[in-house]
Amino acid sequence: MHRTKVKVAEDALDANTTIAEANRHDFDHAGVRVVNLMSAPGAGKTTLLECAIPEMDARVGVLEGDVAGSMDADRIAHLHVPVVQLNTDAGFGGECHLDANMVRSALPGFELDEIDLLVIENVGNLVCPAEFRVGEDARAMICSVAEGEDKPLKYPLMFRACELVVVNKTDLLPHLDYDVEKLRHNLESVNPEAEVIECSARTGEGTGAFAEWLAAVAAREAAAV
Amino acid sequence: MHELSLATGIVETVIKHADGRPVTAVEMRIGTLRQVVPESLDFYFGICSRDTVCEGADMRQEIVRARLHCRSCGEEWQIDEPNFRCRSCGGTDVEVIAGTEFEVESIEVTESGANDQEEAGCIAPR
Repeated sequence: MHRTKVKVAEDALDANTTIAEANRHDFDHAGVRVVNLMSAPGAGKTTLLECAIPEMDARVGVLEGDVAGSMDADRIAHLHVPVVQLNTDAGFGGECHLDANMVRSALPGFELDEIDLLVIENVGNLVCPAEFRVGEDARAMICSVAEGEDKPLKYPLMFRACELVVVNKTDLLPHLDYDVEKLRHNLESVNPEAEVIECSARTGEGTGAFAEWLAAVAAREAAAV
Repeated sequence: MHELSLATGIVETVIKHADGRPVTAVEMRIGTLRQVVPESLDFYFGICSRDTVCEGADMRQEIVRARLHCRSCGEEWQIDEPNFRCRSCGGTDVEVIAGTEFEVESIEVTESGANDQEEAGCIAPR
């Protein structure tokens, strides 16, 4: 019996990355662009999609990620777009995020040739989803004004992972001490390149800009995997 | 809970490289930008590694501090706070050159072969 040191030098999430690349390959093959939409629970992901999808010409599909329940998928189904509910408590240990393997398991539920854009609504969480690529083209997050302006500084991993930050629930601003400029300032120090859209999914104000952003992603050329 | 998912990734990676041999130590390199709580990762590694070749292995975490490089003015510096603007010119064309690591650097395994070698002496890539 003796001990041997074995050099590994491998990213510990390499297995996820490999599956994410396989997903990406399948998406590219079918001409589907993919958005990974993330936020804290209750920031308004589903409501924002309910506003944006009817305004879009592109054919959109939605993958709903939740620990449990199909409330969000039922809401999206009313828009008459393809939707699949993925529950992480059904065989995935109740995980607090979606990973590449979970997304892969849900893909047979879609006719990928019949959609242009797949929006993956991740499990509400500002930490874990940022760690796991799922094969997406773009990552976006929603940060509602009810959450406070300091969130980019508290969750830099998430805010740096996204190219778009949607500041939702602006209809609440008259009732809060929230300062949008302070949020923008904090975001700039963490991710200066991030695009910002201010909107209220409740009133619909500003949600057109989000629909346009989604449409622009849908029109992107497939990048080399 | 972040650390639970990460610990699962570590165990999967180690199992792949251990080739069935019992693992006595795992050396990790972890960048500060990954926002990992070392004690929490250690705790979850203990749980995730149960009934695997990693059970009881000692996990050593080398913490890599975040370093940035400004493409505009060439400044290079270390950060502790999440401020990614260039500290010299204020520019935003800044790249992260260290601090995002989450790597299994090496593992120490127990061999049961007849030709015993010097303990922990050789580096043997799989």
